[in-house]
Amino acid sequence: MSAPASSLRLLWVYPDLLSTYGDRGNLLILERRAQLRGIQTESISVNSDQPVPRQADIYLLGGGEDLPQILAARRLRADGGLAAAAADGAVVFAVCAGYQLTGAEFAGEEGQPLPGLEIIDISSGRGDRRAVGEVLADVDPALGLPRLTGFENHQGVTRLGPAARPLAKVATGIGNGDGTEGAYAGRVLGTYLHGPALVRNPALADLLLSWAAGPLPALPDEAEQWGRRLRDERLAAVSA
Amino acid sequence: MSKLPLRARLATGIGGAAGLMSRMAGRGDGSVIGGVIALRLDPRLLGQLAAGKQVVLVTGTNGKTTTTRLVTAALASQRQRVATNAFGANMEAGLAAALGRDQDAPFGVLEVDEKYLPTVLTSTAARVVALLNLSRDQMDRAAEIWLVARRWRDALADAPDCQVIANADDPLIAWAASGAKQVTWVAAGQRWREDSWCCPECGSHLLREEDDGPGHGWHCGECGFARPAVSWTLDGQAVVDPAGHRYELELALPGRANRANAVVALAVADRFGIDAGQALPAVRQVTSVAGRYTTVRRRDRNVRLLLAKNPAGWLEAFDVLAAAPVPVVLAVNAQGPDGRDTSWLWDVDYRHLRGRRVFVAGERKLDLAVRLEADGVPFQLVDGMDEAVNLVESGGDLDVIANYTAFQQIRTAFGRTA
Repeated sequence: MSAPASSLRLLWVYPDLLSTYGDRGNLLILERRAQLRGIQTESISVNSDQPVPRQADIYLLGGGEDLPQILAARRLRADGGLAAAAADGAVVFAVCAGYQLTGAEFAGEEGQPLPGLEIIDISSGRGDRRAVGEVLADVDPALGLPRLTGFENHQGVTRLGPAARPLAKVATGIGNGDGTEGAYAGRVLGTYLHGPALVRNPALADLLLSWAAGPLPALPDEAEQWGRRLRDERLAAVSA
Repeated sequence: MSKLPLRARLATGIGGAAGLMSRMAGRGDGSVIGGVIALRLDPRLLGQLAAGKQVVLVTGTNGKTTTTRLVTAALASQRQRVATNAFGANMEAGLAAALGRDQDAPFGVLEVDEKYLPTVLTSTAARVVALLNLSRDQMDRAAEIWLVARRWRDALADAPDCQVIANADDPLIAWAASGAKQVTWVAAGQRWREDSWCCPECGSHLLREEDDGPGHGWHCGECGFARPAVSWTLDGQAVVDPAGHRYELELALPGRANRANAVVALAVADRFGIDAGQALPAVRQVTSVAGRYTTVRRRDRNVRLLLAKNPAGWLEAFDVLAAAPVPVVLAVNAQGPDGRDTSWLWDVDYRHLRGRRVFVAGERKLDLAVRLEADGVPFQLVDGMDEAVNLVESGGDLDVIANYTAFQQIRTAFGRTA
């Protein structure tokens, strides 16, 4: 096993537009889990009035209300930095509204289709009712991750094209709307688990880190204890 | 009393009896159940109860209960009788119960849930509406706050006789209030800015002057929407009224947020001819509001209770904490009234708590534990308030920050002495 990269650049895309509810959590969890392994991190927040640098290792996109989502898509398309970085093999982790806008299209404030970034083969529209609540989903066995636990709050319906694979199968909740949840292709991964989705899914955080940095050693138990207890509590509470 | 139609009189009588029974059964303040029953008997009741009263409505994400209390104190200081929902029951049933309890009062001062402002404004024909602030709160059940602001804007545009008192430092509030015919602008400040990066009018970036103090501007670089000129200003520990008179606030209530609430309350009182010099003595005497800011003596320790329900509220609560190393209990639940989604914890910057002992309680204490771990804040889990109290040295102080139902549970555990 080769040593992981010694440093990572984490880039939070448009926290001014795409940070509705605790999205910072994903950045904090990635920083912590990298640093505990001796990987230095440099975190950059890029607001929507700034260009998106192409040299980062992991790009994070959060959730957003309708109008900020539309504005973010428009600016990211005009800027081109995120799509170029994704094409160069950067890791992209996108949540909720951010997940929708990585695809070919998403629904605007009146439900009208609007163009997305086309960095993954998905397409989203608006569903009949809002999906709000806890989610449990079983991850594609090819990724070797334990069950996902999180919270969703969206009205989106997402269809996957042939070049994307579902991230997981829904056990509780709505997800993409067809029994699947999220999508991934290459190093681009999106999910309807909103906000701080990586908090209760540290294995997913490690998958993203390993895509950028190479194989990772396990963390000592004391560094995992609170996350495991929270995860176990939520899994038990929602399965019950 | 006699001016109410028979059906409304019956409704308030039955509702009042239910409220009394609820209080006697110890099931709460009794301020909602009576109103629920009364409104079911007569849905027009709220309008009928408000008829002939001068009604003030107070709304916003944070500070509603406190500001309502301060306005009530200011009006009552001039020997005015005021009907008010002092316990925070702020949907239609709570408002009907409050007005029904004191039908002869010439004033009604009511805090209103953000979502209900448009309908309550119509049914009560309110004379004054105070708009405090808008920020993310309980997103699993509340509407997006821009939609809330848009509904307020439309409702206020349809109420030309209503006087609006609005915080000009909060761009969403300024946008909502700019639909009204008569607005008194207050520089009440805004510390939480994560929900006002974008222009509510056109969606472009808002430009702000760097200085953090109130009285400093914001404007949209695209459409020109800008902070209105203000007539009342919170300036540090003092208020400056429209004539330029400066009064030291000297509140018993702690913190910047309460000074902001007080300035809004003084501007409301002024609409009724009570100037700041007249109102302040009564406003200063308010020491706790529905248990908030109360200090309880518990096993020889002084326990002070603070309520914080959302990221902006937590930011203001940190401002009120006793200086380190006074320890703090954080208690978080995720029941319906709290919002069932704890994601918002990640919008709060807990690094403010470094340098003091932090005890973690509440039904979602593990969510808090993981959050504090990520911020590098050492903490200790406790099973309840008594365990935390016992961990503080005898005679010592302990601050408590809790969200809504966690706060109510603590008050109940303390026997509502709080």
